[in-house]
Amino acid sequence: MRKSMLIIGLLLSFKTFAATPQELLKQYESQAKQEHSAFAGFSAEKGATFFKTERLHSDGKKVSCATCHTADPRNQGKTRANKVIEPMAPIVNPKRFTDRAKVEKWFGRNCRDVLERACTAQEKGDYVAYMLSIQ
Amino acid sequence: MKNWMQLVLLFTSISATSALLASGGMEEGGRAMPVVSNAKWAAECSSCHMLYHPGLLPERSWRKMMLGLDKHFGENASLDAAMQKEITAFLALNSADKQDNRRAKRINQSIPANSTPLRITETRYFTDKHDEVSANTFKRKSIGSASNCVACHKNAEKGNFSESQIKIPR
Ligand code: HEC
Ligand code: HEC
Ligand code: HEC
Repeated sequence: MRKSMLIIGLLLSFKTFAATPQELLKQYESQAKQEHSAFAGFSAEKGATFFKTERLHSDGKKVSCATCHTADPRNQGKTRANKVIEPMAPIVNPKRFTDRAKVEKWFGRNCRDVLERACTAQEKGDYVAYMLSIQ
Repeated sequence: MKNWMQLVLLFTSISATSALLASGGMEEGGRAMPVVSNAKWAAECSSCHMLYHPGLLPERSWRKMMLGLDKHFGENASLDAAMQKEITAFLALNSADKQDNRRAKRINQSIPANSTPLRITETRYFTDKHDEVSANTFKRKSIGSASNCVACHKNAEKGNFSESQIKIPR
């Protein structure tokens, strides 16, 4: 009985790609080292700038990560279709950055929507570092 | 004598009205779309907006939408292949042209055979039912747009649009 519970637990954790934000950062670090041999660590400050910087999208609208997630990641945000987005900062929303597949899915979508390209591992790491630095 | 007759009349009209109301309510209940569920659909299709019941669009619309998720109304909503396949099959199976439900059938009938709308809000059924709701009402901050059905129909995600449940927020 105990054993089967353990196995189920293990299977579940594989299925949902459970991780801690620190594990996620380690993964981005090793990727960033491959992308850039001169990798010098992640910066919460750069992450904050990345988060707030507005870019002119080819559809003519100005957009940033803060457009939906709001300028203060401790607040609830809103999608274009008026649905609430729970806060991005783990200090108020501990579920953030604990599901690798979910994090990758949304970096994939949102980076393409905002930057019109994929984010680099450096950018993802800076972003996570910024969110973790928020108290 | 006269007073007594009036009282009887009043009583019968009250009970007749309430019977009518009750049957009206039953009819509305009958129009609610059947409860459908699929965990992947519920999780993946509700993060940016409310969950739209599959009975609101015909199969061809869902198939077209599911093939263009990387450019979904100006946003990237792409899914991995397995997820995309499962959700497409679920939507197709429960679509407006596959349902034995009055409302779903009416929606389907309002769409010309040669068109494949991606928006429920563009179907003639929708525009007819909402011709008395002004554009400004839809734009209210508490609503956002016509696409946000739940703002006014609190059980929209369950496929229930019955008139007794409509409340337009300020
Ligand atoms: C058009 C609105 C929108 C914009 C712009 C946007 N996001 Fe998001 N983001 C969302 C939605 C919706 C979710 C998923 C809902 C949720 O998880 O609460 C999400 C979730 C995420 C997640 C998942 C985090 C987790 O662990 O749950 C990450 C990471 C993310 N966004 C990063 C970004 C970055 C980086 C940018 C800027 C480049 C950005 N977002 C811009 C709407 C947006
Ligand atoms: C990344 C965000 C995002 C995700 C994920 C998403 N959508 Fe959408 N969807 C949108 C946006 C933005 C609109 C346009 C809303 C508006 O105009 O107000 C939209 C509109 C729609 C509409 C049209 C509503 C109308 O006006 O009648 C349908 C139907 C729809 N989505 C279905 C789906 C389905 C099915 C899924 C899951 C496979 C899905 N969406 C996932 C962002 C998303
Ligand atoms: C601004 C509020 C509002 C929004 C948003 C809204 N509706 Fe409605 N809807 C109404 C009102 C009001 C009526 C009743 C009109 C009447 O009685 O003449 C109605 C009627 C309906 C009816 C007919 C009910 C009946 O039995 O006659 C359906 C079906 C419906 N809406 C579906 C939708 C769908 C689907 C959406 C989202 C794509 C939506 N509505 C968005 C306000 C709204």
